[in-house]
Amino acid sequence: MNAILIAVALLGTIGAASAAILYLVGQKFKVIEDPLIEQVEDILPGANCGGCGFPGCRGFASAVVRAETMDGLFCPVGGQETMDKIASLLGKTSPTTSKKIAVVRCNGTCEYRPQTSIYDGAPSCAIEAALYGGETDCFFGCLGLGDCVEACLFDAIHINPQTLLPEVNEDKCTACGACVKACPKDIIELRKQGPKSRRIFVSCVNEDKGAIARKACEVACIGCSKCVQVCAFDAITIKNNVAYIDDDKCRLCRKCVPVCPTNSIWELNFPPRKEKTSASPKEEIKKTV
Amino acid sequence: MLKTFRIGGIHPEANKLSAGKTIQSIEIPAEVSIPLAQHIGAPSQPVVKRGDKVKVGTLIGKSAGFVSANIHSSVSGTVKKIDKVVDISGYRRNAVIIGVEGDEWEDSIDRSETLIKECNLSQKEIIDKIASAGIVGMGGAMFPTHVKLMPPPGMKAEVLIINAVECEPYLTSDHQLMMEKTEEILVGTTILMKALNVSKAIIGIENNKKDAIDKFTQYATSYAGISIQPLKERYPQGGEKQLIDALIRRQVPSGELPISVGAVVQNVGTTFAVYEAVQKNKPLIERIVTITGKEVKNPCNVRSRIGISFQTLIDFAGGLPPTTGKIISGGPMMGKAVARTDIPVVKGISGILLIPLSEARRKAPRDCIRCAKCIHVCPMGLNPTLLMNLTEYTVWDRAEKNHITDCIECGSCRYTCPANRPLLDYIRLGKGKVMDIIKARKN
Repeated sequence: MNAILIAVALLGTIGAASAAILYLVGQKFKVIEDPLIEQVEDILPGANCGGCGFPGCRGFASAVVRAETMDGLFCPVGGQETMDKIASLLGKTSPTTSKKIAVVRCNGTCEYRPQTSIYDGAPSCAIEAALYGGETDCFFGCLGLGDCVEACLFDAIHINPQTLLPEVNEDKCTACGACVKACPKDIIELRKQGPKSRRIFVSCVNEDKGAIARKACEVACIGCSKCVQVCAFDAITIKNNVAYIDDDKCRLCRKCVPVCPTNSIWELNFPPRKEKTSASPKEEIKKTV
Repeated sequence: MLKTFRIGGIHPEANKLSAGKTIQSIEIPAEVSIPLAQHIGAPSQPVVKRGDKVKVGTLIGKSAGFVSANIHSSVSGTVKKIDKVVDISGYRRNAVIIGVEGDEWEDSIDRSETLIKECNLSQKEIIDKIASAGIVGMGGAMFPTHVKLMPPPGMKAEVLIINAVECEPYLTSDHQLMMEKTEEILVGTTILMKALNVSKAIIGIENNKKDAIDKFTQYATSYAGISIQPLKERYPQGGEKQLIDALIRRQVPSGELPISVGAVVQNVGTTFAVYEAVQKNKPLIERIVTITGKEVKNPCNVRSRIGISFQTLIDFAGGLPPTTGKIISGGPMMGKAVARTDIPVVKGISGILLIPLSEARRKAPRDCIRCAKCIHVCPMGLNPTLLMNLTEYTVWDRAEKNHITDCIECGSCRYTCPANRPLLDYIRLGKGKVMDIIKARKN
């Protein structure tokens, strides 16, 4: 009986002493954290994808709370809605940022871009790109081994088994930029999603001279600058033999699309064109060809 | 007991089909394209333009930095253009394309075959001459030779090692050069010893080249300080760090250069190029290339000018066999498969290997069975299977801690893996990534 009492008393004393020490240490070293950070983190989607440029959602939350204005801070996964919620919580104004989406700038399907060698190494675009230009004569195009698919946390990009090119699912893509970083050929770009998801882009990044590019791929941009001439808004520039459409300047007039001799400018989600009777006969011929 | 390195290593089938074949000269084609990036470091700056007349030995590309090298014309004729051509990297890079007219050499070059033993130049003069001749490591790494001859401050070379190992299967270019230019290589060695200010040089030769060992042992007696060391056949003995371990029993610490243990290693082909540059004023414009393969009609060793296309060389050896499945520049272990034959020969290409289709394709990889064979054969004492997994799952900090940057890319792990896992492919990728991370951290 005595032994039990001693044990209880001893353990009780140790417990009480430890509790006292813990309380004092806790008081002395306590970290005062802004409770807003917790609240902001709750609003965020919690994907921890790093698309905002911070290590995870908590990093972003503390940055938003600390920052004077919300300029330059944007959660691509949550989008404008989430940012507005955070802004009203913090009493700041959130800048309106247009939603972006990943765009694959290669159009060279097996049909247009004949295979000239066989790669049987490890199935990784990064490894293949370090060894040589790829299985076709286009050294800039998609290798089709799916490093971007591997990188996507949202199941938003997949290789189309027919074309062997990646395709972005517009509903799932959050524009976190993981695929952009994963692509060793810099083919994927984040572009403005545009009103009703309508957008125009040059679906090629081949920097070779026109003749070489055309020989390697039927739908390569040959840098002919026809699109530059037809653009009324100075949105198109040619750099290193390849055209680029600035999505800030582009007004989606679609004039550049039919003039491209290799069909490398793409328009997405537009209603079908009206059959223009006034179109010059030259253009008509080109279309049918 | 023959010497060899102490950790790991394999012994692939030698297949030296072109052994003992006399070096033949190859006819110069109508056009050559000389790449401006033929070395590790900054690509050279072109100093000629379209329409310029050049002779053999005219400077066409100027070294663009400390780690860079000069490039000279290997033919005489007119510069057609400076354009991008597909080179050994598998991408289009700048090259000088020259239309060949005759074979006129620069007057300063001594084209006679007479052996010049005397060299009265100072240390600095020798290094300057090597630098201006554009000599790079001809074993395959293509590292500018003059940089290796200038140890960083506080370090001193004690011994010069001449790498005459040629441990790659199939290749015989160094072996044949050693048989035909024995004395020139020995004079080249004394010149390199003078440039490094060392009194001792060791030439390491693998024991499958007995004729070369005998010939060198016989001639070396008249050259002070040079000794010949036969080595047991073992791959990758031609690796700098392995050769140092085999010959002087010193291990280069992780992340350090061979100079940190007092050794400088030069390839035997480089040594011959040094002889020609210093004694004959001849820049590096040609090299010995082995063209070989099991189904090649006439495996041979040729003296090829830089810039001649692979196709010309393959035609010389009897044409491309219809059953060819893979064309490899270099040897089967460390060489690189190329996708086309219009690639120009550069300073570091020691062989062109044509592998028949039956042997060319990789076998499908299976799951790792944890047999640890790759760990057993790794000559750097690394854990290849771990490094591959770390790269696959992008765990760069652990890859760095496990010394991924020490990998010499010899491919022993890939060779020995019973599950055909692409170990080296991933390790090479991870090594590059980790090196970039380290570089970014330093800046």
